[in-house]
Amino acid sequence: MTDAPATAEGVDSGPGDALVELLGGFVVELRQAGIPVSLTEHLDAADAVRCIPLDDREAFKYALAATMVKNHAHWRAFSTVFEVYFSLRGSEYALGDEEPGALPDDLEEGEGGPTGERPANRGGPGDALTPEELAQMLFQALLQGDDAMVRAMARQAVRRFAGMEPGRPVGGTYYLYRTLRNLDLEGMLERLVDQARSDAPEDLTQLEERLQHDEFEHRIDQLKQEIEAEIRRRLVADRGVEAMARTLRKPLPEDIDFMHASREEMISLRKALQPLARRLAVRLARKRRHGRKGPLDFRSTVRHSLSYGGVPAEPRFRYPRPSKPEIFVVADISGSVAAFARFTLHLVHAIASQFSRVRSFVFIDGIDEVTRFFEGTEDIVEAVHRVNTEADVVWVDGHSDYGHALEVFWQRWGTEIGPKTTVIILGDARNNYHASNSWVVKEVRHRARHVYWLNPEPRAYWDTGDSIVGEYGVHCDGTFECRNLRQLERFVDHLV
Amino acid sequence: MTDTAAPAADPRFESVDAVRERLRSVDYLSDEGIAGIVYLADRLGKPILVEGPAGTGKTQLAKSVAEITDARLIRLQCYEGLDESKALYEWNYKKQLLRIQASRNAEEQSGWEDIEDDIFSDDFLLTRPLLEAIRAEDPVVLLIDEVDRVEVETEALLLEILSDYQVSIPELGTVTARQIPLVFLTSNNTRELSEALKRRCLYLHVDYPDMDREREIVLTKVPGVGEALADEIARIVRSIRQLELKKAPSVSETLDWARTLVLLGVEHVDAETATGTLNILLKYQSDIAKAAKELSGDQPGPGRPAGSPGVTGR
Repeated sequence: MTDAPATAEGVDSGPGDALVELLGGFVVELRQAGIPVSLTEHLDAADAVRCIPLDDREAFKYALAATMVKNHAHWRAFSTVFEVYFSLRGSEYALGDEEPGALPDDLEEGEGGPTGERPANRGGPGDALTPEELAQMLFQALLQGDDAMVRAMARQAVRRFAGMEPGRPVGGTYYLYRTLRNLDLEGMLERLVDQARSDAPEDLTQLEERLQHDEFEHRIDQLKQEIEAEIRRRLVADRGVEAMARTLRKPLPEDIDFMHASREEMISLRKALQPLARRLAVRLARKRRHGRKGPLDFRSTVRHSLSYGGVPAEPRFRYPRPSKPEIFVVADISGSVAAFARFTLHLVHAIASQFSRVRSFVFIDGIDEVTRFFEGTEDIVEAVHRVNTEADVVWVDGHSDYGHALEVFWQRWGTEIGPKTTVIILGDARNNYHASNSWVVKEVRHRARHVYWLNPEPRAYWDTGDSIVGEYGVHCDGTFECRNLRQLERFVDHLV
Repeated sequence: MTDTAAPAADPRFESVDAVRERLRSVDYLSDEGIAGIVYLADRLGKPILVEGPAGTGKTQLAKSVAEITDARLIRLQCYEGLDESKALYEWNYKKQLLRIQASRNAEEQSGWEDIEDDIFSDDFLLTRPLLEAIRAEDPVVLLIDEVDRVEVETEALLLEILSDYQVSIPELGTVTARQIPLVFLTSNNTRELSEALKRRCLYLHVDYPDMDREREIVLTKVPGVGEALADEIARIVRSIRQLELKKAPSVSETLDWARTLVLLGVEHVDAETATGTLNILLKYQSDIAKAAKELSGDQPGPGRPAGSPGVTGR
């Protein structure tokens, strides 16, 4: 069993030990990327790779994923580690630098072979092409959906535009940015659509045009992935696997910091939010129903005792109706914490059915109630968008002024806070040295059931510079660090 | 590590491609990942935990695998409140009572121990799906459907079966499987499953298929659909899935839509037909409104180049 046909992936037909060792290193790498891999899972993976033909890269990858990655949100992280760790193992993955004519076939598709239809286009060292010609060829490849050609062009583009220098300590994103900027994919997309339009025998309908557009968008996405993969391969060749894995380590979606998320990370956060809200709603509803018994129902108990001759043998309880809290969310939406506020508003409104009422207020230096945006619409994304564009939150200069915002909040809505209300204030409490007016929080606490403060900054930064969260914090029932979805989820769970 | 030899003794499939081919023969179009993991599950003798959005063919996978292996499908539908007596086994109390009474009537004065041995024997055991799968003589595929619906505590019931393929009954002893069945667990991911459960399974995430695969699925599953129509359907569905919706259309909904279009005699989907039949693809009013707006092109979508409508000058 140990003599698996190990021929590729760097396990040069040696005994199974090499494979075991390779796998061990990979597991370490996965754990460092934050994916929890238990010992049994490691052993399973070792078993699994013995059962599959090792020269099939895809199958190898799936076998590892199936045994070690048990959460779909971790797939991306796994995939990155895999690509890096196994990128240079196997002769098929040699870099195509030296002989551009004979492009190595990519195993990934298993169809890289027949690319030779236009050998002239790729012949020579490739440098003979002007950037315009390159763009034109790329345009043709994308237009026809020629995968092999697109892949070849991706490699060419990286070689030409990324300007990669060995040993230079810059991240892959820098090279990616340089390559993409030179290719001008936005413009390319537009030209592709135009081309498709003029190629069509008749006028395209709106729908057809849209479909064409989506198709090209999809192809361009593939191109981007190819480019990214190529850059990664080259970087690994330059710096070695371990160093590369370290720089490419991306946080899992639930660990992404709200305040420093890149655009791409924001998208993955948004994707993670929807299932999270659903899960949370199910869990909260379940929690409410279970583990509680209502008070003794005296009438029902006496009624049922009649069948036992008046002995109350079977006590009856009322159906439990735990009260749902009313939620006031007061969120700072100034630049630095806007993303955090957006996610929290989104999450709270997505599980609004778990509360008797949710009212939201947003402020920068002025404050405005935004509940109306969420009412009567089922589309929370749209509502959050309207909050950002339509709410009237600027009073003087559009720099955070917690003191003024809180004072106005108290004057206008203070009387509506009741003993069932839970007030959640979101913000980093960076007050630009304005007056804090922390008495408002104190008053609010007297009236409300609970007051919580959520701060998207790491706890270590609190009360440094112009942050005065401590001043407000003493009047709250709790202050929470809320830097990522994991922490936010924990807080909402705690809330109900 | 050594015990891998046991399940591999008579593997059901020769290779990953064989799995794929045979699944295709029963009209289930798998991809590399699905086929690979089914193959591995057979070789390693491990259960598969299938997760993914609703309507992507998770349950169908189990059914199809049962079909290609000529196995009987035993299905345990999970729900909140599922317990041992519904999932594993139960003693047939009524029959036991009758047995006791009968022995009393017969006056045969059998000893207490005889009766006790007797009433806790196979005759009085009601097998439930899990035990049935373990005791089956013929090949079976066990499907534990929507396992995320049971409470975390109930999951523990499954653990012994999933790792050792055995059930311990205090009165009878341990029942061990005669053959290792293929086990599928499906989950819609409404909650995190426990670590213990996940650790025992191979994990398979089934997502919406990509466009090419979806087109093929439409072609194989819907009689009377033409190539061109299937292509259009797959492309429109892909566009709709890219919108931010409450619930993206699932594969089964795509198929329903395709069938509807075929019934309506549509050969070419234009914006009007699409918006008119959107309620088959989407189930929320807000989603329908959004998609209709996007498809009919009232407003350029977020990623659309502005000014593209109406430029077709000639």
